[in-house]
Amino acid sequence: MSLAEKPGSAEPWRDPNAEPFLRIEKLTKRFGDFVALDEVSLSIYRGELFALLGGSGSGKSTLLRCLAGFLEPDAGRIVLDGQDMAGVAPYARPVNMMFQSYALFPHMTVAQNIGFGLKQEGAARGVIRDRVAEMLAMVKMEGFGDRKPAALSGGQRARVALARALAKRPKLLLLDEPLSALDKNLRESTQFELINIQERTGTTFVIVTHDQEEAMTMATRLAVMDRGTLAQVGTPSEVYEFPNSRFTAEFLGTANILEGVVEGVDAEGVRIGSSELDFDILAEPAASKPLGSRVFVALRPERMRIERVAPGTPLGDNRLVGRVRDIGYYGDFFLYYVVLENGKDVRVSQPNLRRRTERPVDWEDTVAVTWDRQASMVLPE
Amino acid sequence: MTPALRRRLVLALPWAWMALFFVVPFAFVLTIAFAEPAEGLPPYAPLLRWSGEATAVLQLNLANFQLLLDDPYYLDAYLRSLRVAAISATLCLLIGYPMALAIARAPEHRRNLLLMLVILPFWTSFLLRVTAWIGILQDQGWLNGALLALGLIDQPIPLLYTDVAMYIGITYCYLPFMVLPLYATLSKLDPSLLEAAEDLGAPPWRAFLQVTLPLSLPGIVAGFLLVFIPAVGEFVIPELLGGPGAQLIGRVLWTEFFQNRDWPLASALAIVLLAALVAPIALFQWRAGR
Repeated sequence: MSLAEKPGSAEPWRDPNAEPFLRIEKLTKRFGDFVALDEVSLSIYRGELFALLGGSGSGKSTLLRCLAGFLEPDAGRIVLDGQDMAGVAPYARPVNMMFQSYALFPHMTVAQNIGFGLKQEGAARGVIRDRVAEMLAMVKMEGFGDRKPAALSGGQRARVALARALAKRPKLLLLDEPLSALDKNLRESTQFELINIQERTGTTFVIVTHDQEEAMTMATRLAVMDRGTLAQVGTPSEVYEFPNSRFTAEFLGTANILEGVVEGVDAEGVRIGSSELDFDILAEPAASKPLGSRVFVALRPERMRIERVAPGTPLGDNRLVGRVRDIGYYGDFFLYYVVLENGKDVRVSQPNLRRRTERPVDWEDTVAVTWDRQASMVLPE
Repeated sequence: MTPALRRRLVLALPWAWMALFFVVPFAFVLTIAFAEPAEGLPPYAPLLRWSGEATAVLQLNLANFQLLLDDPYYLDAYLRSLRVAAISATLCLLIGYPMALAIARAPEHRRNLLLMLVILPFWTSFLLRVTAWIGILQDQGWLNGALLALGLIDQPIPLLYTDVAMYIGITYCYLPFMVLPLYATLSKLDPSLLEAAEDLGAPPWRAFLQVTLPLSLPGIVAGFLLVFIPAVGEFVIPELLGGPGAQLIGRVLWTEFFQNRDWPLASALAIVLLAALVAPIALFQWRAGR
C-alpha cells in the first residue's frame, strides 16, 4: 500500500498544465566509453516523493549525483524551480542529500551536525539552536543533541542524517539508499516515518533505491531505470499492474513470462496462440496488439490459482497443467514451483489463509494453474 | 601449553626487549648522572661506598643537575634545540600535509608509487644524503651556480654553515616521518564526509578547515612528535650543515662526553632532555585519553 495513493491526494502529473518543480531534460553522462545516463528526461512535481529504482549500473546514482552537483552532466539540463543548475556548485544549490553511509561528522555532536548547514550560511547562534531543537523534535531525538554519532544506533544515525539534510529547508532532498543499512523491521517503521516527515514538511524528495518494496511503499511515482535510460515512469500501481516491457514486469515484483503470437482480436478480448504451450492465452481487449505480432505475456504469481487434478487432464485456455517441483513456505504465503510438460517453470503464490490445515497441494502433485483473462499482461517483444 | 601461558610468552618478548635495550641502559645513565666525576675508567665514582665494616653509604651527587640549572650555557642549548625542533617540525608539517593529502586523494593505483617515492631516500645512507646537501648549498655549489648562471645574483649567497642550511637538512631528512602518519589518517577519511560538507553549503576550503583538518589531528600530532623528538637531540645535521655558533644540546652532549670526558654531566644532560620531552607528551596523552 502506498500512502501517496490515498483517495483525494493531488496527482499533478496527470494535469497537462501543471508546471514541474524539477525538470530533467535529455541528461547525458558518460564515464569514458560507458554511458551512465542516456538522454534522460523526467519531470518531478512539488511535494512528490519520487523513487529512482534500478539495479547496479542502471544510472540511478549517477542521476542523483548530477542533481546534487557532484557530477557535471555532459549534455542536457537540470532546472529546479525555474533555475538552471548548470555550473552551480554543490554548496550553492538549494538541494541537500541524505547519504547512504549517513556521512555524519564524527568529531561533531548531533546538534553540531544538524546545525552545520545553517552555520555555513552564517545564521545567528540562536537561530541555529532553535532550528536544531526543532529538527531533533521532528525526528524524535530530543535529548541526543550532545551525543557524538559514534554513540548512536543505526536507526538513530539515520534520523540525525535526515534532520541534518532537512535543517536548511532545501527545495529538493535527495536520499541515497537511505534505509539500506537498517534491519527489516526498523526499515519498515522508518519508511513510514520518512513519509510522514515528507508530508509534514512538503519537501520534494527524490530517493534512490534498489529495494523495490521501499520504492513501492514510499513513492508517489517511481522510475524504473535500465542501462542509463528510464524503462518506465508511473505510480507504483501503474508500473506494477501495467508494465510496459518484460524488463519492468520482471524487475518490479515477479512475473512468469510466456511467449506467443496475437491470433485474434474481438470484443471479448485478445487471443494469443502459444507455440511453446499448445493452447491459447486470453487477455483483455485493452491489451490489444496488432494481429500476428509476437508478444510476451507476463503473469503475476499471486494472480494465479492452483488446484490438484488427475494426471492426464488436458490443457485449456488460461489453464496450465504441471507437476509441483518445490514449495516455498514464507509464513504469510506459499510459493509453488510448477514444472510444465515442456520443462518450463511457473511460480504461483497462494496466501496462507488458515492455520494448521493440511496443504491442499503437495510435492509431486499434478496440478492445474489457472488465471482470469484480466491477469494476462501483454507486452511487446 | 595453555592459551594464557602462550599469550604471556608472546608478550614476554617485547617486554624483554624493552627491559634489555631501554630500561637497563636508562638505569646506567641515571646512575652515572648522580655520580661524581673521577679519573680513570669508567670516569666516575661509584655511588655505593663501603665505610668501615658492613656499612654502605649511598652518596647521590646532585651537583651535575645544579650546574645545568646555574650555567645559562646549558639552558640556552636546551631552549635553542627545542626551538630548532619546533621550527623543523612545523616546516615538515607545512610541506608534508599537502603532500600527504595529494597522495591520499590520488587514484588508487598511483598511491603506492607515490608512497614509494616518499620512502625511497631511506634506501641511501643518511650521511650520504646530508653530505650531498653540502654540494648543493656551498658557495660553488649547484644552487648558487644555477642562480649565478640565471643572472639572479652577482655573487654566491652564503648558505652552507648557516641556520637555513640546518633547517633545510632537518626538514629534508625528517619529512617522510611527517608524511607517513598524515597519509595514514587522511587516506582513511571517508570521502562522503567532504561531499556532505559541500552539500550542506561549505565551499571546499571551509570543508577542509571544518572536516579534513580536525579529523586529521591525530596524524598531525603523531607526525609532529615523530619529527620533533629526534630533531631535539639531532647532532649530525647541525654539525655538517649548521653554523659554528649555534650550540645545540646534541653537540653539548657530545662535547661533555667525548671531549671533556665528564660522563656524569653528560648523563644528567640526557636525563633532563628525556624528562623535558616525556612530561608534555605524557600530559597530552593523559588529556587525550580522558
